Amino acid sequence: MINGISINYYILLSTVLFIIGAIGVMARRNSIIIFMCVELMLNAVNLLLVSFSTLHNDATGQVFVFFIMAVAAAEVAVGLAILSMIYRNLKTIDTDVLSKLKH
Amino acid sequence: MKGLLIISGLGIIAMLAEIFKFKKALFPIVLIGIIAAYAVNFMEWQTSTSISYFDNMISFDKIGIAFSGVILVTAFLWFILANDYFEDSTNVVDHFALVLFALVGAVMLTAYRNMTTLFLGIEIMSIPLYVLAASKKDNIKSNEAGFKYLIMGSFASGFLLFGMALVYGASGSFDLSVIQSYITNNSANLPSFFYVGIVLILIAMCFKVSAAPFHFWAPDVYEGSPTLITALMSTIVKTAAFAAILRLFMITFSGVSELWTLILASIVALSLIVANFTAAMQSNVKRMLAYSSISHAAFMLMVILANVRSNLSVSAIIYYSLAYSIGSIVAFGVLYNVAKNKNEDISSFNGLGKKNPILAFCMTVAMLSLAGIPITSGFFAKYFVFAALIGTGYKWLLILAVLTSAIGVYYYLKVIIAMYFKSAESVEEQIIVEKSQSTVIILSTIVTLIIGIIPNVVIDIFSF
Repeated sequence: MINGISINYYILLSTVLFIIGAIGVMARRNSIIIFMCVELMLNAVNLLLVSFSTLHNDATGQVFVFFIMAVAAAEVAVGLAILSMIYRNLKTIDTDVLSKLKH
Repeated sequence: MKGLLIISGLGIIAMLAEIFKFKKALFPIVLIGIIAAYAVNFMEWQTSTSISYFDNMISFDKIGIAFSGVILVTAFLWFILANDYFEDSTNVVDHFALVLFALVGAVMLTAYRNMTTLFLGIEIMSIPLYVLAASKKDNIKSNEAGFKYLIMGSFASGFLLFGMALVYGASGSFDLSVIQSYITNNSANLPSFFYVGIVLILIAMCFKVSAAPFHFWAPDVYEGSPTLITALMSTIVKTAAFAAILRLFMITFSGVSELWTLILASIVALSLIVANFTAAMQSNVKRMLAYSSISHAAFMLMVILANVRSNLSVSAIIYYSLAYSIGSIVAFGVLYNVAKNKNEDISSFNGLGKKNPILAFCMTVAMLSLAGIPITSGFFAKYFVFAALIGTGYKWLLILAVLTSAIGVYYYLKVIIAMYFKSAESVEEQIIVEKSQSTVIILSTIVTLIIGIIPNVVIDIFSF
């Protein structure tokens, strides 16, 4: 129990957020929105970690959140660099155009 | 641990090379650094006491040192092979630094003791590889490969983290030994979300080693990336990811093995079938090697299955990763030279037996090794897997593995037939191989044959 709310609700909320993110990655076609959905997945994890951390009265979960934030920032930096490179070559960031490697 | 620090230092030196203008000296410095890291690693092996660092987050035990040894040997061979990849590009030092940092992540994955270091190791290894996969800026295929790798990699990381969060929620710690004792103490009443967490971690790790049904990104990424980066991905990254899976599932989660062994067994079976049947239909050699790496991933996962049941030594998986890495280095090295002026289609290999007999012989040995034909190391690699599996309840998996290996022989032989029995369209063109590259290719071929004839040299070292 955290502030009178059962931990199950926290798990439920972050699971729902995570699934929305995962579906977004698979279903959306705009690369920027795909990145946003990946961020949503990671933030769902952050929410879950923080609530477990409060539940256990243990700070390591919150420290882990900082690691996730730092890594997510690095990943997005690389991702946007790759995207701008793709835009320079193809003049679009729609993932449907990125199918040169299919047989 | 000192080896890890040396490679990290090398990465920083590589970045400084641009500023202080010693670009030309960087290549020998990196090679010496890797040899030094290997030597330090070897000394830690001799003392055989595992000291833990950073509040028990990293600790090099015998398994970790053995795997990082395999990784460092492969890295050394790879750097010599990739010599002219670095010379061609304008941003030489950046590429050096990226590869070295990926190597840091890989070594970290062999020795982690905490979920945090597992996550950081995977990300430190993956993020440079996203950049390297997309490193041919003007090539749309390379851009696409980098993009796909990035999206799939971070998608898998999301699953990994969600699984870790659930495991943390149940056990209250990220430390692997605490989680392990939590499982043994509470085996009767583990919360259901703990099991979900383990399954999510398993799925994420199967994404990383590209086992079916999570393999769909691998052929595209392998084909689109520059050939030498593909070689890096299919050797060092695979070995590191297996070291990670080994520690996580064979040791930490062994208490709940009845949950994940069934899932893993079906993943292995699906990988064997999908990879081998699809590989047989490919005409692009690089894509064929990508599918073949999926089937090799399945073989290595089989060892983990077998070891959980019968507690055999881990020497089988170390031998397998060594044999597979060195065989792949030869295969990709030859492919790189053959496809330099042409495409990667199997017809590029036509008549290679006449044009360059040494290269053709090395490729033949590599193909036979990957197929698992005797006197090459691939045969004993497969033999040890089968020997480990036969005592367990997975006889059906064993039969499936043998049958699909027979299909494997077909597509590996296709390359050999093209080299020796088909004539090239134009005889006059020559394939010139750089001296350093041919040295690596020939040396790796000899190693493949030696550890294939006397496998005990490797097995005896790693039996603990």
